Amino acid sequence: MTAMGRTMRIGIVCPYTWEVPGGVQAHIRDLAEALARDGHQVWVMAPAAEDADLPPYVTSAGRAVPVPYNGSVARLAFGFLSAARVRRWIKEGAFDVLHVHEPAVPSVGLLACWVARGPIVATFHASYRRSRAMSVAGPMLQSALEKITGRIAVSDAARKTLVEHVGGDAVLIPNGVTVGRYEQAEPLPGWGPGGGVIGFLGRMDEPRKGLPVLLEAFALLAAKRPDVRLLIAGPGDEDEVYEQVPAEYRDRVGVLGLVSEEDKIRAYHSVDVFCAPNLGGESFGIVLTEAMSAGAPILASDIPAFRRVLGDGQAGVLFPTGDARALARAADELLDDPERRAKLAVEARQAVLKYDWSTVARDVVRVYETVVGEVPVLVEDERAEDGAR
Amino acid sequence: MSTTTIILVVGVLVVLAAVYISWRAGRLDRLHIRLELARESLDAALVRRAAVCLELAGSRILDPATSLVLAAAAHEARTAGPDEREHAESDLSNTLRAVIDQERFHERMAESPDGKALWDELHAAVAKVLYSRRFYNNSVGVTRTAQRRWLARTLRLAGRTEYPKFFEIDDVPPQAMAAE
Repeated sequence: MTAMGRTMRIGIVCPYTWEVPGGVQAHIRDLAEALARDGHQVWVMAPAAEDADLPPYVTSAGRAVPVPYNGSVARLAFGFLSAARVRRWIKEGAFDVLHVHEPAVPSVGLLACWVARGPIVATFHASYRRSRAMSVAGPMLQSALEKITGRIAVSDAARKTLVEHVGGDAVLIPNGVTVGRYEQAEPLPGWGPGGGVIGFLGRMDEPRKGLPVLLEAFALLAAKRPDVRLLIAGPGDEDEVYEQVPAEYRDRVGVLGLVSEEDKIRAYHSVDVFCAPNLGGESFGIVLTEAMSAGAPILASDIPAFRRVLGDGQAGVLFPTGDARALARAADELLDDPERRAKLAVEARQAVLKYDWSTVARDVVRVYETVVGEVPVLVEDERAEDGAR
Repeated sequence: MSTTTIILVVGVLVVLAAVYISWRAGRLDRLHIRLELARESLDAALVRRAAVCLELAGSRILDPATSLVLAAAAHEARTAGPDEREHAESDLSNTLRAVIDQERFHERMAESPDGKALWDELHAAVAKVLYSRRFYNNSVGVTRTAQRRWLARTLRLAGRTEYPKFFEIDDVPPQAMAAE
């Protein structure tokens, strides 16, 4: 008998402190909520402070301790106490499947692999180098990692490191976007669609994000269109950006710097055209999918990742990568054509559903279904006996 | 006063100066040797501490997450270049505190015979890092003062020996090891 189509009891293990913002934590929260919406029963175990305000589905694995690891200080939960808590949680949860995140990080994920037996799925997020430390602790790490039945990588980079360093392969399931979170927002004060606003979001000082190309195009465009304005958000040095804009157009450029999640969403709703001038290297255009969820008409460079997300130009206009003149020309045409922009926005909202968490969660459930058996996840009985009660 | 007396007095002064200078030079030389020995013993203590940590990490006494954290820190300390060494050794001290000051850690280790031996070895290694660094920095202090003396500087008595540097790390031992 298979688990096909029925709802499952799912235990998800998060290696990093729950209440601290981070990519892995956000991924797990969005996944857990999407799974719950589909009727599954989901529990999460994560390190957390004693007084942390946790959602009802999260159980604390104890406090994470800051330790130097891989060149920076990481907050990790390890040790007998955390191991005991993970054991108890797994024993009481009787999960159909255990979903461990970042099992090679020395935290709760690795502990869960160590103490559990049965259907285990693991998701690898980061790309990491194999350290000698791993080969020293190797036998133990290896035996814990070998228990994983299904592996997921969130990006090509993560998959590549996995293949190279741990061996074996993984299926690729990228991060999802919670489309609903971006659908509605008030434009930022002083900005808004209808005023010839072009938007950019990303690191301003990272050349691969392509801001210099956009600035060059903006200078061309500003000479021709007195109404066009530029809204820039993202970390980096403001003055450096202004230096690249001719003095007479500087008052038409707004640089917000690093913005809050809320203001980011409002920024997507403040533009007539959202521009992603990246020069390459994006394995998955997360910013692009967010802007698409907000229904912003997209103008993006023609790199493979963007071409794929935009359905070969169906859901957004593509211009030759790095070509400021082509960018200026395409933006000029788009700003003149409100009907085209409206059509692109509709197409974008449709195309982005493929990347919505509900779709991604269903892919993850298919992985669960391939590894699940009739017996739930159990705890190992030999060694690692329940220590701290 | 006759010329002979003057020559004699000058001669005696020259001899006295030479004796004094060679005595100072000899002292500086002895200080340098002591410094070198102190450095070697500090090196040995640090390498020993890293080695015991690696052995503990590989011993299967600990859970794999603790093992990995400890092994990573010990490995960094052992392979750090001269510029990163102080940083890496401080990191190892830091990690050791996080690992050992877990609740009931000592009791858990004492449960197995290997664990008991490793605990004692680690305890000794941690203490020796503390001692040897103290002695080394003492030696650096004394040697520095001697090298900075007017005579030593003018006559370059230290030769091409480098101006010695203090070894500054965080070597505060874990509470469980400090209390004993």
